[in-house]
Amino acid sequence: MQFKVNSFTDFKKRLFSHNIIVYIALVIIFAFFALTLGSTFVSVNNILNITRQTAMISIMAVAMTFVISAGLIDLSIGSTAAMSAMMVSVILRETNSIALALAGGIAVGVVVGLANGLLITKAKIPAFLTTLGMMGIVRGFAMWITNTAAVPILNPNFNFIFGTGNIAGIPVLLYWTVVFGAVGYFMLNKIPFGKHVLATGGNETAARFSGVNTDRIKIAVMVLSGAFAAFAGILYAGRMQAGRFTFGEGDELSVIAAVIIGGTSMAGGTGAIIGAITGSFLMGIINNGLILAGFTVSQQMIIRGAIIILAVAIGSRYSHFKSNKSAESRKAN
Amino acid sequence: MKPILEMKGIDKSFNGIPVLQKIDFSLGEGQVVALVGGNGAGKSTLMKILTGVYARDSGRILLNGKSVNFSSYADANRYGLRMIFQELSLVPTLAVYENIFLNNEIRKGFTLDKNKMIAQTNELLESLGMRFSPNVITAGLDVGYQQMTEIAKALSAKAKILVLDEPTASLSDSEVKVLFETIRNLKTQGVSMVYISHRMNEILEISDQVTILKDGKVVADESAKNLTVADMVSHMLGGSAEKRFAWTPRKNPPTTEDMLVVQELKINGLDTPISFNVKKGEVVGIAGLMGSGRTEILETLFGIRQYTAGKIAVDGEEVKIKNVSDAVNAGIALVPEDRRTQGLVLTHTVKHNAILPVLNRIKSWVMIDEKRADAIVNEKVSELNVKTDSIHKTISLLSGGNQQKVVLGKWLSSEPKILLLDEPTAGIDIGAKGEITDIIRNFADTGNSVIMVSSELVEMMAVCDRIIILCDGKITGEYTRENIADITEEVLQNAIQG
Repeated sequence: MQFKVNSFTDFKKRLFSHNIIVYIALVIIFAFFALTLGSTFVSVNNILNITRQTAMISIMAVAMTFVISAGLIDLSIGSTAAMSAMMVSVILRETNSIALALAGGIAVGVVVGLANGLLITKAKIPAFLTTLGMMGIVRGFAMWITNTAAVPILNPNFNFIFGTGNIAGIPVLLYWTVVFGAVGYFMLNKIPFGKHVLATGGNETAARFSGVNTDRIKIAVMVLSGAFAAFAGILYAGRMQAGRFTFGEGDELSVIAAVIIGGTSMAGGTGAIIGAITGSFLMGIINNGLILAGFTVSQQMIIRGAIIILAVAIGSRYSHFKSNKSAESRKAN
Repeated sequence: MKPILEMKGIDKSFNGIPVLQKIDFSLGEGQVVALVGGNGAGKSTLMKILTGVYARDSGRILLNGKSVNFSSYADANRYGLRMIFQELSLVPTLAVYENIFLNNEIRKGFTLDKNKMIAQTNELLESLGMRFSPNVITAGLDVGYQQMTEIAKALSAKAKILVLDEPTASLSDSEVKVLFETIRNLKTQGVSMVYISHRMNEILEISDQVTILKDGKVVADESAKNLTVADMVSHMLGGSAEKRFAWTPRKNPPTTEDMLVVQELKINGLDTPISFNVKKGEVVGIAGLMGSGRTEILETLFGIRQYTAGKIAVDGEEVKIKNVSDAVNAGIALVPEDRRTQGLVLTHTVKHNAILPVLNRIKSWVMIDEKRADAIVNEKVSELNVKTDSIHKTISLLSGGNQQKVVLGKWLSSEPKILLLDEPTAGIDIGAKGEITDIIRNFADTGNSVIMVSSELVEMMAVCDRIIILCDGKITGEYTRENIADITEEVLQNAIQG
């Protein structure tokens, strides 16, 4: 494709059609903090720290990209992460088997996802309400399982692999982020499943009329979301070397924000995995920068909220621009 | 007659491409002028300029002899111009009277004067010859009555000029009759109308004057009395399309072998079990009014609707069709009635729409073979003559005819044995219609079978080897090729009326 300098609209179209607004925002905000905070922000240590803090959000954002592009929403991921962390820590305490702990943790996510999927497709309850209810139910179980007590994890191998470890100077959490990002990217872009997800979210009737089993796709997407959230819970447990029922509180909103900022449309039918991960990093950088700049927690919340609104507003200006454009071209045809 | 509205020398181009060139158009008081032309002829653009949605490049618009400039649709509304949209602009969850007075509510002090709005709605509906309650929720009305609501809404805002864009596209015949009565009624009240439609017979029936556009120019502007359907078609196409509407003998006539046998099929929603068969290489039409059960039959064969008893056999083997996958596996494909809501994911590209049904067949290991996907789509695009700059273009940017060719292409690449077509040429221009009928015939010439449902009887008579008459969910008759040659559209029309 030729790049034409003389046509600004062309440039704008290219700019936005690749949903690169999130990358531009990342560069600008990174540069801003780098200039104002100097070496406390731009140090290898701090950057790696940001990747540790954002790994769970990134992994859940990968799955949430599938959920939102299928036209659904999942509010139960934060609770699922907490329940999975509790399950893992309890199994480790009882058996000290990493394999069993992993299986138990992931099973939590699969069960929650399956329940969500079946309620959405078979009982026809909207995803928002299904997962809103599930959010409370699962968090309740996470509190119940040990009567709200935290469970320490004393298995150093588990803590190394799923939390605190570094390999070749790079945190294991970053490796996990890359692995799950790659799996998500592959699933969304390279295999039929991804296209079926996008078609289901873009126009469910047309997808069904094309032979796509849209119910099965929706169930699969919710199970994926549950499983990824459960894995995020395992990473929380590893990083904190404990299971706590408070893990992941409010994560669902950070994750949804990251996915939307990353260029996935809330209306369904489009999805950007790398954008979602970048969105997560963007949020991580903002959190980190605001703390280093010495803002109080209340100030951080206000600024973070404003930045999210701004980023989404810029993103949706693009979709406005696109729909105007298409209306005009339709007429011209 | 003194014109109430005149458009003089209207020019408009998009990105340097002229869409309208020196268009003259006029409308008299109480007159119905039909605007005719293929997709891309410029009808919609002209009407968007008239109603202030687009700005013209040059030319003048005169309303009652005075030059006017509309800056927006709302501005045009203030001068009494209203567009009745193809996609209805009503809020489905509101009551009829609430829709009619939306953003124009009558108030008593600070509160809504519900009684007055209902009374005025009643008056309006009565003046249109309608009898339904203003309190009914709009979504519960038939499309025909929703359209009446839309017209009533325009009239409540004192509209003097209405633009009706394809008003009959989704109406049944009896609803069309009601609409036409309303239009005649409005004429006597001095309301002027621009009538846009692809249905030539309706145009001749309802309009006084016909303005025909081709490639952004006016090619004819004549009294409807002096025109025939053939005249209009030849103006629109420059005389190239007649043969497409006449029967031409099949290259490979249908065989005597059965491709599809439907036996005593008990379909949910129809009272009588249905039996018929389709031979290999045969094109069978199902003629019936909207609501006669024609869509139900196709949807059942495609696994969208369930059947409770009876047998379906494809190519000599009995098959159970419980869902779409069963149908696709049996070699059946459906081009649905509404391509925008059922046929396509409008926000996706041509390519992704076209390969959706075959994704699982073009894998190398587990991955989609993108090269093969591109090859398949490119082949279909050129074979079906889809006009698009690229297979990566968003499909909503294509014209209706080209979109429909993509819907056909997406199923042809799944290599079906039986193609079910529900209104395959609805809302597309005559040139594309001809191409689509050619595609249908080529498909049948290679030994495949087609079942076609269409409201355009002339078209069915030109394409089908056999026509089954469906009336209130019952098969009431059949015309074979030899008979079709002897009958006229009128005979067929009467047959489906029952």
